Amino acid sequence: MTDASIPTQATAGEAGFGDYFALLKPRVMALVVFTAFAGLLAAPGSVHPLVGFCAILFIAVGGGASGALNMWWDADIDRIMRRTRNRPIPSGRVQEGEALSLGLALSGFAVVMLALATNILAGALLAFTIFFYVVVYSMWLKRSTPQNIVIGGLAGAFPPLIGWVAVTGEMAMEPWLMVALTFMWTPPHFWALALFMRSDYDDAGVPMLTVTHGRRATRVHILVYTILLALLAVGMGFTSLGGPLYLAVAVVLNALFLLGAVRIWRRDETDAEADNFAVERRFFRLSLLYLFLHFGAILAEAVLRPYGLGGWA
Amino acid sequence: MSLRPTHEIHNRRFGRNLGLGLVLVAFVALVFGLTIVKVTGGDFQMPKAEELN
Repeated sequence: MTDASIPTQATAGEAGFGDYFALLKPRVMALVVFTAFAGLLAAPGSVHPLVGFCAILFIAVGGGASGALNMWWDADIDRIMRRTRNRPIPSGRVQEGEALSLGLALSGFAVVMLALATNILAGALLAFTIFFYVVVYSMWLKRSTPQNIVIGGLAGAFPPLIGWVAVTGEMAMEPWLMVALTFMWTPPHFWALALFMRSDYDDAGVPMLTVTHGRRATRVHILVYTILLALLAVGMGFTSLGGPLYLAVAVVLNALFLLGAVRIWRRDETDAEADNFAVERRFFRLSLLYLFLHFGAILAEAVLRPYGLGGWA
Repeated sequence: MSLRPTHEIHNRRFGRNLGLGLVLVAFVALVFGLTIVKVTGGDFQMPKAEELN
């Protein structure tokens, strides 16, 4: 082929490296890395640092692969929603088939490599997580039930469990508590987003709670889930994952989170529109900090434990 | 059509190839390191000669 035959416009298959990386949802991957790392360090026992690094890397790649498969499946609604219109597929930079191929290849790669680097159970859990996110959440629940976020949140909650199992090779109660924390956090986090990104989900026909049950019901749901989440998060402080530092962080953050949820519950649409959903936006931003600091505190307790400073002992 | 030595498509292709190349090199290094860790770790044993026959 000569240069004369090179088209002057961007064509299929001419995406840059960054476009393929964007398919892996780097921001979600960051959360996956952080929570998996917390699970890995909180687990009893130890692994070689390189094995630990590989475990986190392959969990992140598996999470990224499921993100690519999710973008492939949701390309039609991503084109409609303002928030997702610039993603690699809707913007035309990457073809749908490329995203599917990359997602499938990286899924298989991540599962096999995690199983080889750590153990079969960790690899199987990663495979289940990818299956749950892509098939159960993206293909089935997301467009069929307003509880999509609730059940689908389970997929995003698994990384700390996989990190834990990568070290121990077996299940325990503590990593399931970490799974429960992210699982219970997901609905208020996304419903707050749905409250102020109202037209996006409506336009795309995604049955978010705001669309199917109304905005009043969504506000009530946020409050109920936040109360349950606060009980769980503070209660975790008294398990072997917690300690004085975790408990202090959990008490402060959950008080703030509950306050935010009560404010959301007390408002109506007129109040919310008057200040452009300031309370809902603040609650959403706090929810990001909430999860980061809870897992940060679990991480800190685990790191301090060998020096006799972490935990209750 | 005017031709330039490097078109924007060339840059994009180069970036893609370079990125993939670096990923592959990093992967080879990672597998090598992982192999060393596994082989020198306590949980790996070479099969005995009599078991191979």
